Amino acid sequence: MTAVIGAMIAVLAVMTAILAPWISPYDPLEQDVFHRLTPPERSHLLGTDEYGRDVLSRVIWGTQISLAVGFFSVLLAMFIGTAMGMIAAYIGEMRGMMIMRLVDVLLSFPTLITGIMVVAVLGSGLTKLIVTIGIVFTPRFARLAYGPTLAVREAEYVDAARVIGTGGFEIITRHLLPNIFGDVLVAGTLWVGTAIMIEAGLSFIGLGVSPPTPTWGNMIKSGIDQLTNAPWLSLFPGLAILITVLSFNMIGDGLRDITDPKLRA
Amino acid sequence: MGKYIIRRILISIPILLVVVTIIFFLVRAMPGGPAMAVLGDYASKEAVEALQEEMGLNIPLWKQYLRFLGNLLRGDLGKSLINGLPIAPQVIQVLPYTLQLTVSGILFGVILGIPLGIFTALKRNGFFDYLGRTFSLAGISLPSFFLGILLMLFLSVKLNLFPVMGGGDIRNLYETLRHLVLPGLTLGLMMTAYITRTARSSLLNVLGEDYVRTARAKGLAERIVIYGHALKNSLIPVVSLIGVYAIVLIGNSVLVEIVFSRPGLGKMMVGAINQRDYITLQSVMVIYASLVVLINLLTDLFYGFIDPRIRYE
Repeated sequence: MTAVIGAMIAVLAVMTAILAPWISPYDPLEQDVFHRLTPPERSHLLGTDEYGRDVLSRVIWGTQISLAVGFFSVLLAMFIGTAMGMIAAYIGEMRGMMIMRLVDVLLSFPTLITGIMVVAVLGSGLTKLIVTIGIVFTPRFARLAYGPTLAVREAEYVDAARVIGTGGFEIITRHLLPNIFGDVLVAGTLWVGTAIMIEAGLSFIGLGVSPPTPTWGNMIKSGIDQLTNAPWLSLFPGLAILITVLSFNMIGDGLRDITDPKLRA
Repeated sequence: MGKYIIRRILISIPILLVVVTIIFFLVRAMPGGPAMAVLGDYASKEAVEALQEEMGLNIPLWKQYLRFLGNLLRGDLGKSLINGLPIAPQVIQVLPYTLQLTVSGILFGVILGIPLGIFTALKRNGFFDYLGRTFSLAGISLPSFFLGILLMLFLSVKLNLFPVMGGGDIRNLYETLRHLVLPGLTLGLMMTAYITRTARSSLLNVLGEDYVRTARAKGLAERIVIYGHALKNSLIPVVSLIGVYAIVLIGNSVLVEIVFSRPGLGKMMVGAINQRDYITLQSVMVIYASLVVLINLLTDLFYGFIDPRIRYE
């Protein structure tokens, strides 16, 4: 049930992102000097900011950035990390071990701090943000893919494929990948939520997508200065992050309960 | 135990070396190099060369690396590119604020999270279990900086109970604590959510084990089964995960320091990025790396202490 509710909210968020141009009541960048810092009311359901821009429209358009960063960064990490983990397990011995020791070292470091360091090197902007979070998440997928690949590497059908002369690349993609793909996909879904939080954190620090493009993180940041007289500026984008990340975590919790009978309700 | 401690310490050294090496090369991988980053894209060649010489960037990379390691071993973190002051004293000045914040978050989380986790596991599928699960799920989904803003809005701005920002004078205990409450609570609530979830699922796992079933089958009272048999074993994975969560907290302390304008390593790091002071950035990252390695080491040692099986692996 938890997973279903989570999935419904997540689908709603995706629909909001896709339909943003049609459902957004105003242009998110359009300024209206006569309606600055208007509290939530009928014509501006979530109020307006210090430039008179409609907060609801900005939150709706912010969904696009947050979900785009969440999905594409995880997709990038899934692709590189899974390949890295599987290759490390397949080649085994010293080289594979060395790759995984490096992965473990990177994994032990706080995700946000690694992200800050990488973004400081790459620079800010949407694409760079996706690459940054992708890099940060790569070790997670490598670790996830490594164990199961190691377990099935010695299976008879893999030996059989090797005996009939199948190459390493084909063994990895055709025989090993299908065994771990389900786990990788489930974890990827969960980590979309975490990626959204990291994007918001980086934007909050000023290392994400720059204003005036609306992102939930930079909206919260710019709202801090008006916290006493216009708390809605930070409150609504914050709630948007909470609801979206919560939905992905609910999917994760639901899937975990389904797969672990000891925890099942 | 002595051999175990020495082994763990020896393992930590190469890990720290790898991280420090990655940091060193990342900083040098910046487009145009650190000197160009400081001076901007339109700086003259002469200005870039002069700054490169000042930063020691005009010698071969391997020599720079060895010099960097040598300086680190002597506790020399270099000089800030902005004000020319040595970085080590600045780090020493702000480090206690970050440590206070992280430690208070961990303590809050442990003191509240473990009993909450046990309680919700024992009330499985009841009202309090659902309440606890909802709280903890929301807690891990709420960005720390947003939670900090909410607490600041209600407890500082509306009710005027705590200072809105700053870290207080570190020599004045009362002032320090007053400034620590809200940032500590922000990280503490997050930590509570993590630990409640872990403690709950760990106890539920243990309650499904054969030895618990045996204890019940031989007629032991439920209280003895839980407190005498299940609880201690269920806390072992919680302890190891406290270390992992402590590292998550260190990451989030950066955002909390920004929200509350609190001095600390995070604020120093973000300031260094904004001012393009890459030597300070490099130094702060090295300190963070050392903290992470230290936390992992302490977790491993504590884990080995409470679970003898780990020591003999």
